[in-house]
Amino acid sequence: MSGTVAGPLEQFEIKKIVPLEIGGVDASFTNSSLFMVIVISVVTLFLMLGMRRGALVPGRWQSMAELSYEFVAGLVRENVGREGRAYFPFIFSLFMFILFANMIGLVPYAFTVTSHIIVTFALAALVFLGVTIVAIAKHGLKFFTYFMPNGAPLYMAPLLIPIELISYLTRPVTLSLRLFANMMAGHTMLKVFAGFVVLLGAFGVAPMAIIIPLYILETLVAFLQAYVFTVLTCLYLHDAIHLH
Amino acid sequence: MPQLDPSSFAPQLVWLAITFILLYVLMAKLALPRIGEVLEERKKRIDGNLDKAAALRAEAETAKAAYEKALAESRAKAHALTAAAADRAHKEAAARQQAVAATLAAQSKAAEETIATARAGALSHTQSIAAEIAREAVRKLLGQDIDAATADAAVKSAAAKAN
Repeated sequence: MSGTVAGPLEQFEIKKIVPLEIGGVDASFTNSSLFMVIVISVVTLFLMLGMRRGALVPGRWQSMAELSYEFVAGLVRENVGREGRAYFPFIFSLFMFILFANMIGLVPYAFTVTSHIIVTFALAALVFLGVTIVAIAKHGLKFFTYFMPNGAPLYMAPLLIPIELISYLTRPVTLSLRLFANMMAGHTMLKVFAGFVVLLGAFGVAPMAIIIPLYILETLVAFLQAYVFTVLTCLYLHDAIHLH
Repeated sequence: MPQLDPSSFAPQLVWLAITFILLYVLMAKLALPRIGEVLEERKKRIDGNLDKAAALRAEAETAKAAYEKALAESRAKAHALTAAAADRAHKEAAARQQAVAATLAAQSKAAEETIATARAGALSHTQSIAAEIAREAVRKLLGQDIDAATADAAVKSAAAKAN
C-alpha cells in the first residue's frame, strides 16, 4: 500500500494514550482501553437511559433495552435451564460486551476491541475456567466421568477419553479464534476495499458498491458472533450443570 | 500482525479485566434489576388485569342469570295474573248474561200473561158487545125484545161456528 493509504492491518495497532505501569505490569491506557471504556459506557447508558422511565407501555428505546434482556434471558432459559438463572448477569454482560464491541468497531475510525486474539482468548478462558469450576463444585470427582460418554463400551475408553479431553480443552481456543478471526477478517476486508476506493479515484464506485453489502454483512456477523459466543457459553454451562 | 505483539497483551488484559468487572457490576447491581423490576411489574399488572377481568365477567354472568331468573319469574307472574283476570271476567260475563237472560225470561213471561189476560178480556167484551148489538138489531128489525141470555147464547154459538 502507498504511504497515503493506511495498510489494512494498521487499524489493529495498539497505541498508548497514557503510559502507565502498576507493580511492574504495563497497564497503559491505550486506544483499546479507550474503546473498552466506551463499550461499557454505551451498554450502561443504553440500558439505564432506556429504562429511566420504566414505563408500563414501553417506548422504542425501552423496548430495545427490554428486548436485549429478554433475548439473553431466553437463551439462558432454553440452553441452560432454570439453574442458569444465577449466571444470567454474567452471560448478559458477556453478550452485551461482545455485541457492542463488535458493533462499535464497525463505526469508521473506531477500534474493534474483539479483533484482538488476546481479548477474545481472555474472555473464552474466563468462560472455560468458570464453567469447569462450576462443574467441579457441583459434581466433585464425578465431573471426570464427563470424558467417558454414557453407554459406550469400556474397551473404547482409551480412544474416547483422549478425544473428549481434547475437545473439552480446545473449547477456549475455538471459542476465541472464531470471534477474533471473524472480526479481524471482516475489518481487514472492509479496509482493503476502502483502500481500493481511494486508489481507483473515479473508478472507486465499483469497490464502493461492494463495500455497502459487505458492511451490512459485517453488521450481521457482528451480531451473529456475539450470539454464537453466548450460545456456546450457555451450552458449556449446561454441560457443567447437567453433565452430558 | 499487531495482534501477535506480546508487549500489547498486558495493557489489554488489565483493561479488559477492569472494564469487564465494572460492566458486570453495573449490569448485576443496576441495569438488570431495573429491567427485571419493570418487566415483573408489567407482568403483575397484566395478570392482575386479567384476574380482574375474569372476576368482572363472572359477576356479569351471575347478574345476567339473576336478571334472567327475575324476568322469567315476572313473566310467569304476569301470565298467572292475566289468566286469573281473564277467568274472572269470563265468570262475571257468564253470571251477568245469566241474570239478564233470567230477567228477560221473567219479563217476557209477564208480558205474555198480560197479553193473554188482555186478549181474554177483549174477547169477552167483544161477545157482550156483539150480544148487545144482536139484541138491538133484533128489536129494530123484528120489533121484538129478546132477553140478554138468549142473545149471549146465540153469539157464543155463532162465535164457536166461526172459529
